[in-house]
Amino acid sequence: MTTVADPSVGKAERKAVPPDHKPRRNLTPWLLLLPGLIWLTVFFLIPILTSVSASVQTGNYDDGFKLTWHWGNYAHAIKDYGTQYWHSSLYSVLTTFFCLALGYPVAYFIAFKGGKWKSLLMALVIVPSFTSFLIRTIAWETILADQGPVVHVLKSAHILSVTQALGWTTGGHVINTPAAVVCGMVYNFLPFTILPLYTSLEKIDPRLLEAGNDLYCSTFTTWRRITLPLSMPGVIGGTLLTFIPAVGDYINAQLLGNPNTGVVGQKIEDLFLRQTSGYPVGSAISVVMMVGTLVLVMSYIRKAGTEDLL
Amino acid sequence: MSSNDVLGRTEGGDLRLVGLTKRFGAFTAVDNLDLTIPQGSFFALLGASGCGKTTTLRMVSGLEDPTAGQIFLGDAEVTDTKPYRRPVNTVFQNYALFPHLDIFENVAFGLRRRGFKSVKQPVEAMLELVELGHLAKRKPNQLSGGQQQRIALARALINQPQVLLLDEPLGALDLKLRRQMQIELKRIQTEVGLTFVHVTHDQEEAMTMADTIAVMNQGRIEQMGSPAELYENPATTFVANFLGQSNLIPGTVEGVDGDVVTVSAHGRTLTLPAARCRATSGTVILGVRPEKVQIAETEADVPSGFNSLSGTVVDTSFIGVSTQYLVNLPSGEEVSVFEQNTGRAIQRPGNEVVIYWDPSQGFGLDGTQDIEAGAVLDEEGAA
Repeated sequence: MTTVADPSVGKAERKAVPPDHKPRRNLTPWLLLLPGLIWLTVFFLIPILTSVSASVQTGNYDDGFKLTWHWGNYAHAIKDYGTQYWHSSLYSVLTTFFCLALGYPVAYFIAFKGGKWKSLLMALVIVPSFTSFLIRTIAWETILADQGPVVHVLKSAHILSVTQALGWTTGGHVINTPAAVVCGMVYNFLPFTILPLYTSLEKIDPRLLEAGNDLYCSTFTTWRRITLPLSMPGVIGGTLLTFIPAVGDYINAQLLGNPNTGVVGQKIEDLFLRQTSGYPVGSAISVVMMVGTLVLVMSYIRKAGTEDLL
Repeated sequence: MSSNDVLGRTEGGDLRLVGLTKRFGAFTAVDNLDLTIPQGSFFALLGASGCGKTTTLRMVSGLEDPTAGQIFLGDAEVTDTKPYRRPVNTVFQNYALFPHLDIFENVAFGLRRRGFKSVKQPVEAMLELVELGHLAKRKPNQLSGGQQQRIALARALINQPQVLLLDEPLGALDLKLRRQMQIELKRIQTEVGLTFVHVTHDQEEAMTMADTIAVMNQGRIEQMGSPAELYENPATTFVANFLGQSNLIPGTVEGVDGDVVTVSAHGRTLTLPAARCRATSGTVILGVRPEKVQIAETEADVPSGFNSLSGTVVDTSFIGVSTQYLVNLPSGEEVSVFEQNTGRAIQRPGNEVVIYWDPSQGFGLDGTQDIEAGAVLDEEGAA
């Protein structure tokens, strides 16, 4: 015992040498973290726990709700709202896709060809967001109205009959169709796609593109082999920032859609605000959506393998 | 393009620039350049920043379109050929390695784009050539500057281009590494036998590596030749000042007698060989390199037939291997003298001395030029 050196004892002794500094040094980071921890607890942890607990309660507004661990709420939440889940997923995936398709060229153009106008162009992308989300969506009602410019152009170009055959629009209308919902969502979420894309594209050294050009890449191959891989963090960030809020969005479906374009958000609102005993099932749907989105996003990030790029 | 070997390399082709001009707005970066770079040579374009050397290089690589003129590779004109179709590769100043690819893929990049299936063997051979085979799996940002530079070289060389362009490839390296890489580059060039066109502002770098140097100034070539030719017999004050150091003394041509030109300067008669004098009448600038000038205490010590001038030592710096003197001539000009440390007594500032040199070592320049041209720029060049 006396001859064998015990490393744990040695370490403890060595650590104990400056006793004055040790406690203070360990406390500081926690103190610095405190405001953030409080914020997270109040605005994130407590609401989530409330939702989760509400999702297994029973009761109604008049008699109050009790925690009865009624897992049956989840059975309802999953079984009865298939159409809404389908619409939410479809619209948000389409929105993400169109936002990327429209946003990438815009971000690319601003980042590489914007020159001294870069900041102004980016401001133009963001400025519309200074107006309320709701007002801008209502404005789309006018744009897509039957007498509006969009319907006029589509009609004269005979595109409306095509979209109608595909089931995207109905009866010569654009407003109150699935197409209108996706239109509104794409419009509303486009800046969220463009911003991260721009940031990652802007970081790319243009000399790398010259190097690609020098090493037998045409403009397209240079984009494919160099620009795209280097802008992947932006693509992933942009699509996530679009997809996550788009899944939960119901304003667009409410204002620009019809009774057949119901999304999950509308159902939750309905259960929360208009049905006396809808609270638990509404919460259960929220939790299902949250977990579902989380799983999707995690597998997306895992698959896209961003750790290397970020 | 004549015969292609396995790697698509074409044989037999000098790089020819004919009347090449590039203007950016009102600024002429490259002015009517005519240049032939023989195949297999190590060619340096030397000049201060903004002289048009990099623009010239970019036009050869195709990254910049010339305003006028033509570029030929062998018999084929490539003036309007897209950069990715030219058998020319560049080692970029900042290396421009692809950060998302590992070293192996960076080097394999060109081969893959041209559809080669088996890249493993050539890539490994190339990494061996630059002695970095062990770093194949690393990412570029995990490498030091010198290693990145070598990878950039490997990435370009593996394509066996007809011409390899090097844009200040050693600019970002510290002095010691730069010296090492100069030797390395020269070794590789000799080994692979490709045409290297090397752009630099570092005259020492150009002299160490290149077979032929073209000194560029304001979009034009001032003089072209072997390093020794440029140094020993500069054609303009710019070259005389930019490439090493020169003592330039203005004078007047007295007469030409056979192959000897007589010049009067500061009331003395000086001579130089007619073959090394670019002015045969009127004003002339007589030049001599500091290390060719020697110092004597009296006129009697000057060997007969040598040019001599008297003056006062104003500064003496003992470097060890040599002693550098600054000698003030009565006319107010200062002459640098580098004297080898052969054990002779060191002259102190204030000493009256006679400086002298072998007339065959002098050179004569057109006296109408700016005597200071290139002198200020040399500070940067030497840095």
